[in-house]
Amino acid sequence: MKRRHAIGLGTAGLAAAGAGYAAGRFWPEAAATAAQDPAATAVEFYGAHQAGILTPAQDRLHFAAFDVITADRDELVAMLQAWTVAAARMCGGDYAGPGGAAGGDYYAPPDDTGEAQGLPPSGLTLTVGFGPTLFTDADGTDRFAIADRRPDALQELPPFALDNLDPARSGGDLCVQACANDPQVAVHAVRNLARIGFGTVAMRWSQLGFGRTSSTSTAQATPRNLMGFKDGTANLKAEDEDLLEAHLWADEGWMAGGSYLVTRRIRMRIEIWDRTNLAEQEQIFGRDKSEGAPLGATSEFDEPDFEAESEGQPVIAADAHIRLAHPTTNGDARILRRGYSFVDGSDELGRLDAGLFFIAYQRDPETGFIPVQRSLSENDPLNEYIEHTSSAIFACPPGVQDEDDWWGRALFT
Amino acid sequence: MRHLAPAAAAAAALAMLAACSEKPADSADGAIDVLATDDSCEVAAAEADAGTVTFTIKNEGSKVTEFYVYAEGNRVMGEVENITPGLTRELIVELPADSYETACKPGMIGDGIRADFTVTGESESLSDDEALQEAVDSYQRYVESQSAGLVEQTQLFADAVKAGDIQGAKALFPVARTYWERIEPVAEIFGDLDPRIDAREDDYPEGPADPAFTGFHKLEYDLWITGDVSASGPIADQLVADVAEIVELAAAEELSPLQLANGAKALLDEIASFKITGEEDRYSHTDLWDFAANLEGSEAAIASMRPVLDERDPDLVAALDEEFANAWAALEQHRDGDGWRFHDELAPEELQALSDAVNALGEQVSKVAAVVAE
Repeated sequence: MKRRHAIGLGTAGLAAAGAGYAAGRFWPEAAATAAQDPAATAVEFYGAHQAGILTPAQDRLHFAAFDVITADRDELVAMLQAWTVAAARMCGGDYAGPGGAAGGDYYAPPDDTGEAQGLPPSGLTLTVGFGPTLFTDADGTDRFAIADRRPDALQELPPFALDNLDPARSGGDLCVQACANDPQVAVHAVRNLARIGFGTVAMRWSQLGFGRTSSTSTAQATPRNLMGFKDGTANLKAEDEDLLEAHLWADEGWMAGGSYLVTRRIRMRIEIWDRTNLAEQEQIFGRDKSEGAPLGATSEFDEPDFEAESEGQPVIAADAHIRLAHPTTNGDARILRRGYSFVDGSDELGRLDAGLFFIAYQRDPETGFIPVQRSLSENDPLNEYIEHTSSAIFACPPGVQDEDDWWGRALFT
Repeated sequence: MRHLAPAAAAAAALAMLAACSEKPADSADGAIDVLATDDSCEVAAAEADAGTVTFTIKNEGSKVTEFYVYAEGNRVMGEVENITPGLTRELIVELPADSYETACKPGMIGDGIRADFTVTGESESLSDDEALQEAVDSYQRYVESQSAGLVEQTQLFADAVKAGDIQGAKALFPVARTYWERIEPVAEIFGDLDPRIDAREDDYPEGPADPAFTGFHKLEYDLWITGDVSASGPIADQLVADVAEIVELAAAEELSPLQLANGAKALLDEIASFKITGEEDRYSHTDLWDFAANLEGSEAAIASMRPVLDERDPDLVAALDEEFANAWAALEQHRDGDGWRFHDELAPEELQALSDAVNALGEQVSKVAAVVAE
């Protein structure tokens, strides 16, 4: 434990964060690929905000939630510091530790697990968040002398109608969201952070996602979810600067520059959905399936006309998903979505265990996710075809400024 | 057993009457007598003239029975439900010239005891619109008959709950639900009534303790989980009132052919999503009763559209027949006496086999809407 921390906290490696991708784990061919392919390049780890929130959504996800198993605050802080160092290295395309995958002591296990050797940075971002249970446990115990620093916005989510949550894959004291354009790079990052954390944290649950379902920049096309629809067109985007200040970034205390993260694993009954006629599918979403245009409009980004009627009936049904989820229906509630599709194999009935791993960032869930989900859980006809099976909330602190900074410094100091 | 002798004697007498008369033996008022027992169904005539036909059904058995007149493909032309032992009921049905089957269903389940029934005379051909209207009318008749059974059986169930008769109420629970589950897509048209009658605990943020949790599943919870129905009376009364209200609304609702088609599919979705998974009746595990009822309801909706489907897409009709038969065969393996095995007694591979059969059927049924919407 301590030794591994000592290695992680060493001075080597950090320098590699920027330059490392030529000198680190790359083969020369991979470096050449990275130079040509924008999906292969590195995303800046340091900054005012954590990367992986506004960063144009990468194609792959490995999300992990951890329980802290130590009662020692110093140990937790040391691990967060070690994580920060390793994360900066990996996001730059380097190994998790200076010894690399094969270059260290022959009679010691390598610093890095090795499966990302030769792979480019692939747009890897690592985003960390703190769950409510990190501050106080179920008995109200102040675990790490930070209970009084728990922000008001970081509350357990209220129960929603139709929730079928599995406690074993909900919640968590800490989370790491790893996004990359190569699944192996994302998995590599989570695996190495988990390894560094052994003894301090234990993985509680994790989720792989294979296809982004949101765009976080107007430069990206809106992708489709597993139901075949474009959804979340009205999502907050990197270009909406004024809206981001009002709806995405927190501005108080140690959370200033951070954002609140809600995750929901939404299982889809896709076999049933697939045999639902097109008219009903489009009415449920309130969008046309091929273009993604709101019903009655012609292109995806047209404003939906919720007043329009045809033969006395609203063109977009009163309970259409697009209407129930729209900011105008929910007191201007806006969130930044960056969810991913998942297929976790199949279940005991031979049905695909598939759906959407929903990820939303916001300034305050009370004026973001919560009102939207309340509206959806009580009225959305889509509920016939979906089921929420996991739920979590985390406070994601502001970005790591530089090499002397670390995840959670403002919270713990 | 004591019912057998008179039934057999009556059957023999009726058979003689039929044999020595050119015209079918009718009762004095022109009605055709039907004598139902637990294992026989003696219809006094095997043919009739086209037009209004009246059957008088007497239940001499020990089980509640039903009587049906089916056209090809189990299209319900008319039926009476819930004929309790000793009761006599009348069925008046409009029958154009065609080949039909009559059926008694002792215990209200299964294919029933069938006999051929032929109607001769003027045969009219219907226009497309008329054929669709007849489909709707036929299904409305089905909804009506199920509604009557639902009201009666729900009352019996509620009475047992209020009397504190836990064993009796437990036995009546899946029976009352059978009527509900057969016509559930119609009920779902009526917004907040359906949840009041049939919501599950996870529809509410507070789970089983949520004050808004009412209806069948709340009573199921009281009966099977807490075993305490001392405070369930108001819930039972509310259920009876809600059911009566929904039945009244259903009777006034003019359905469209598209609603029929989507309803047939929705019932199979119900099976796939909630019955095979055991979510629907999670306390009592009587999910297979609901499964059978959903399947019957889906089949009834499809059957009512059969003349239209026969005309427009005979291949689809053949596929539907095959897949309905497969689904029933899969379910029949789990029959247990007059009911079904409990969901928690089925092995994973048995559930998977049911799931496979319902998926195959659902794919075919999902094609019907586009055919009737042509």
